[in-house]
Amino acid sequence: MSSRRSRSRQPGGSRITDDQINDLVSKLQQLLPEIRDRRSDKVSAANVLQETCNYIRNLHREVDDLSERLSGLLATTDTAQAAIIRSLLMQ
Amino acid sequence: MNSKRFSPTSSTIKSRFTRRFLRALLKINRQRTRTPSSPMEICQRYLKVKLAADVSMASAVGSRRAWSRAMLAKIRHGVRAGSTSSLAMRKRKIYHGKKSTKEVGIVGNAKVLRKLVPGGEAMDTCSLLDETFHYIKCLSTQVKVMTRIADQICST
Repeated sequence: MSSRRSRSRQPGGSRITDDQINDLVSKLQQLLPEIRDRRSDKVSAANVLQETCNYIRNLHREVDDLSERLSGLLATTDTAQAAIIRSLLMQ
Repeated sequence: MNSKRFSPTSSTIKSRFTRRFLRALLKINRQRTRTPSSPMEICQRYLKVKLAADVSMASAVGSRRAWSRAMLAKIRHGVRAGSTSSLAMRKRKIYHGKKSTKEVGIVGNAKVLRKLVPGGEAMDTCSLLDETFHYIKCLSTQVKVMTRIADQICST
């Protein structure tokens, strides 16, 4: 098997080809808004991974903020219960 | 409940997540006390909401994905033990910015990614990228749904 070892020196000896990684990286590239809008062809795999990490951290932070907001809303509004039930029924 | 091979579109996961999350919110809301909340209660309610969001998402995905399995296992084992401290630590890490390693290249970034994606430590790079892809899609669904719910509660 002539699998070109890319920069990933996996200790377990798992054969990961460049092509496999490139496929997955380009899939991720489509998902990231930053890189998708930049429209340059010179995005390296390491860059994509870095942007992915940033994006995941951002999403975590957004979820945290939204949880805070929601818990605040639950605390203050009395009509929250009705609104939630209504949303539930609309599913 | 349909076949195992049916791969759910994100709208299905979205509706499953929405339903579970709304039910959890109702339960949390019922536990609300009449008296004004202490800061400790506020903090606890925030944690409950966050936990509900994660549990709803992971169980909406089910055991089809390694990351959801890992997240559900972690929640079941560690929900009482120090969830506050780990969340507080995560907030501190975020506000400090990327204090992670200065390594460049695929291996360095993959290491960072492993810490971010649940269950990432035990995966090889290919599965890691695959799970990351799915995880990001679910996270952005989660954000969209939560935003819609919050806006809806605000507007009434």
